[in-house]
Amino acid sequence: MNRQPHPSPLSPVELVDEYFIENRNRIVEVAAFLDRLDRADASIARTDYRVRALADAIGVLSSTSPRRVQDIQLLLSDPTTEPRPALDRKGAVGAWARPEGGR
Amino acid sequence: MRYIDHHAHMASRTTDDYAQMALTGCVAVTEPAFWAGWDRSSPEGFDDYFRQLMEFEPKRAAAAGMQHYTWLGMNPKESDNREMSIEVLRRIPALLPGPTVLGIGEIGLNRVTTNEITTYTEQVALAAEHGQLVLIHTPHLEDKLKGTRITLDVLRQFPALPAGHVLVDHAEEHTVEAILDGGFWAGLTLYPQTKVSAPRAVDMIEKYGPERLLVAGACDWGPSEPLAVPKFIAEMRRRRHSEALIHRVVFENPVQFLGQSPKFRLPAGVTAAAATQAG
Repeated sequence: MNRQPHPSPLSPVELVDEYFIENRNRIVEVAAFLDRLDRADASIARTDYRVRALADAIGVLSSTSPRRVQDIQLLLSDPTTEPRPALDRKGAVGAWARPEGGR
Repeated sequence: MRYIDHHAHMASRTTDDYAQMALTGCVAVTEPAFWAGWDRSSPEGFDDYFRQLMEFEPKRAAAAGMQHYTWLGMNPKESDNREMSIEVLRRIPALLPGPTVLGIGEIGLNRVTTNEITTYTEQVALAAEHGQLVLIHTPHLEDKLKGTRITLDVLRQFPALPAGHVLVDHAEEHTVEAILDGGFWAGLTLYPQTKVSAPRAVDMIEKYGPERLLVAGACDWGPSEPLAVPKFIAEMRRRRHSEALIHRVVFENPVQFLGQSPKFRLPAGVTAAAATQAG
């Protein structure tokens, strides 16, 4: 398709000026959540697939990929292609539970 | 700025929400049929729900000075129930001529089961047979990628249904390209936690341009915001985008997509007045 990107007229510094504080807040919130889990039971970081997925996503944040958001969305997605044979539950939970032994 | 919210579950909302939307510039909403948060116990429950969408909500909207249109279909969350789905689909053709019914929606997949795919495929066939516009829900969170791929695969089985007549909604960064590349419209629904935030929606406008992209608030019974579109407008202005670009996304694009139905007509004067906001 013929895409016509419309970049923001804001300069890079203006983007940082505008968005730094709210993103500083977000990363502090994530850190506080992980500390909270550690206080409750540090082993949950290894045993809960959602927390493991979050840790993998944090790794993507540190990368230089120009498409971090897509990379994280894919990391959290069910990569399989076959339909479920039957309904297991009504709702999604936000991360894909890999089969035992998979990464 | 005047805007249209193409995906607004007003049956879940108060009269005050209608008033707030009108005060912030909303001139029309379109309401897809969806899940009530609990499963209906009989097909007759859908009769009452469809009557609410076709008769009652337009009156509430009119009282606020807005237009209300609707979409009818078997929602994804209940579509795994084949017996119920067959009964609901049997009712829909007789309702399609309704003066405010724009097409079939919101249909699609939830947990991507074989039953859901069968019900969804039957509804796409119904839309193609009756020449209807289609509004499609894509699954939530970890199910979205797989569900969107299968959703698009099914659509390609119906060449009689023009891609430009189909809106694939709840698009996110990992699905929007495939939707647009297929020639379909992509909807960005703005939610406080799930799906897309206003800043990320603006990111996608910046990256892909405004062609065939729509934004909506969804404003359903869960955490959601009836004023999500005006907050998106504020975010576009925060990035210093032009009023013309904002107007295109929140007004011209929905008019272009929804206007493919002869039933979608804004009152005389609204379009002209809205055009002045583009600068």
